[in-house]
Amino acid sequence: MTQLALVIDLNVCVGCHACVTSCKEWNTSGWAGTMVDQRPYDADPTGTFFNRVQMFEVGEYPKTETVHFPKSCLHCEEPPCVPVCPTGASYKRPDNGVVLVDYDKCIGCKYCSWACPYGARELDEQQKVMKKCTLCIDRITDQSLPEKERKPACVLACPTSARLFGDVHDPDSEASIAIHENGGYQLMPEWGTQPANHYLPRRKTRIQIFDDELERADNPLKKEAPLPAAEGETLDDVAY
Amino acid sequence: MHPAFSVIFLTTLIGAAQGMLMALVTGQVYSMANLLEPQDSRTFYAMGSLLALILLGGGLLAAVFHLGKPSYFLTRAWRGITQWRTSWLSRELIALPAFMLLVFLYALVHWFGWTDPWFVIKGQIPVDASLVIGTLGVLMAIVLFVCTAMIYASLRFLQEWHTPLTVANFMLFGLASGFTMAAAFSAWTGVDLVVFYGTWAVIFTALAAITRGFSMYRNKRIKHKSTLRSAIGVRHTKIRQKSMGFMGGSFNTREFFHGRSEGALASIRLFFVVMVFLIPVALLAASNALESANLPVLAFVAQYIGLMAERWYFFAEAKHPQNLYYQSVA
Repeated sequence: MTQLALVIDLNVCVGCHACVTSCKEWNTSGWAGTMVDQRPYDADPTGTFFNRVQMFEVGEYPKTETVHFPKSCLHCEEPPCVPVCPTGASYKRPDNGVVLVDYDKCIGCKYCSWACPYGARELDEQQKVMKKCTLCIDRITDQSLPEKERKPACVLACPTSARLFGDVHDPDSEASIAIHENGGYQLMPEWGTQPANHYLPRRKTRIQIFDDELERADNPLKKEAPLPAAEGETLDDVAY
Repeated sequence: MHPAFSVIFLTTLIGAAQGMLMALVTGQVYSMANLLEPQDSRTFYAMGSLLALILLGGGLLAAVFHLGKPSYFLTRAWRGITQWRTSWLSRELIALPAFMLLVFLYALVHWFGWTDPWFVIKGQIPVDASLVIGTLGVLMAIVLFVCTAMIYASLRFLQEWHTPLTVANFMLFGLASGFTMAAAFSAWTGVDLVVFYGTWAVIFTALAAITRGFSMYRNKRIKHKSTLRSAIGVRHTKIRQKSMGFMGGSFNTREFFHGRSEGALASIRLFFVVMVFLIPVALLAASNALESANLPVLAFVAQYIGLMAERWYFFAEAKHPQNLYYQSVA
C-alpha cells in the first residue's frame, strides 16, 4: 500500500520559510477555498497555515546549535484525529495514505484538534471548518501536470532540497532510502501514532584532507608557474 | 486546554438533568416498594422531568454554539451520528437526543396519567409505562454519562483526562447536582422528599469529592510522556524554543492554552471545592434542621455555579502535548 509522506532533513534546512509561504500561496489559491487571514496588516494578525518553521536552540551558550524545524501534518499511519471525528469528515485516503478533511462535512467541533498530539490542525476562522496539510493532494494527484511537478508546493519551493517527497512504504523510493540511510525518525513515537513524515537528524559532515593531498607532486619547489601542459600528462592528471 | 463555555454549560446542564431523572425514577421505585409516600404524577414527576428537559434543552443550545457555525446544527450536525463505531462524540450525539426523548416520554406519561399497570410481576410489582420508560431513561442517563466522559477520557495524550476517574467524576457530579436539584424541587413544591433526596445528594457529593480529590492528586504529580526531546527528536538535555515561527498567534496558541496564571488556577480550584462540596452539604444539613424551602434551592444554585468552575478547571488543568511546540514567540 502506498503511504505518501515528507522526509525533512534538519541537517539541510536553513529556516528560510520558503515552504511556509509557498504552502500558503498554493493552498489559499486552490479549489478548497482560501486559508483566511484575519487582520493581516494590524497589530494582531492571525491566519490559517498548514506549515510552519520553528527555531530551537540546542545546547548551552556559547556551544549552541540552532535547529530549524519545519512542522506540518505528519499523515500518521494510525491517525488519532480520524476515529474521533463524529461526522466522518476526517479520513485517511486508502489509496495513498494522505489524511484529509472533507470541508463540506466538518462541523467545526475541534475535537480532532484535541486528538492530535502534534497540533497539526487549525480551525479556519472564516469557514469555521478544520483545516490541515493536504500534502497538496490537488497537485500530487493531478495527472495533467508533468510528473516532476506532482509534488507538494513546499517540496518544490525548498531552495536547499531539505524536503523529500515520496512513498515511505516503497523501500526503493528516494524518501525511504533517505530515512534508512540517515537515521530518519518519527516525532513523539511514544503515542504509537506512526507518523508517515520522517525527520533526518542533524549530522556532522567532515572531510579529512591529508598534507600530500594539498601538495602538488609535480611542483616540489612550491613555485607557482604555468602548468607544463604541453609536455604531456602530469601525475595529477593520471592519479584520478 | 482553553475552557470553552459552550462545553462547560453543556456538560454541567445535562449532567444535572441526568441526575434529576435518576432521582425522580429512584423516588418512584422507592414509593412502589412502599418506602416512600407516592407522589403526584402531574405536579411532581411530570413537572420534575420537565425541569430536567429544560436543562437538557439549555445544554443542547450550548452545544449548538460549540459548532463552528450555529447553522451547522441544521445543515451538517446530522452527520454527527454516523461515526458511532469509533467516536465517543458521535455516541454522545446519539445518546443525548435519545435521553431527551425518554425524559419527554416520562414527563408525558406522568402528565396524562397513563400509569395503568401493563402487567404485574409476582402479584406485587405493577409494571406500567412510566416504570419502563423511567428504567430505560436511567440506563440511557448512565450511557450518556459514559459517552460524555469518554470524549475526554479516551484522548490518551491528554494524560490528565485519560483515566477512569474522569468517568467517575462526570457521573458523580451529575448525580450530586441532580439529586440536589431534586431536593430543591421537593422543597420548593412542598413535597416531603427533601430529606430523602438531600441525603442521597450529600452521599453523591461526598463520593464525588473522593474521586475528584484522587484525580486532582493524580494530576498534580503526573509525569508527561512527551518532552521537547521527543517532540522534535533531538537527543539533547538542553533544548529551548527560540521561535514558534510566527508572532501573531494562531489556533494553536488560542485553543490549547488557558492563559491564566497559576495563582488564578489555584483560586478557581479553591472556589469550586468550596462551592461544589462544602456549601451544598452545609446548606442541605441546615435545611434539614430549619425545614427551610429556600436553602436546598440555594444549595443547588451554589453547587451548579461551583460545577461550572470545576469544569473550567478540568479543561485548564489538562496540558496538551502540542503546547511543547508553542513556548516562545520570538
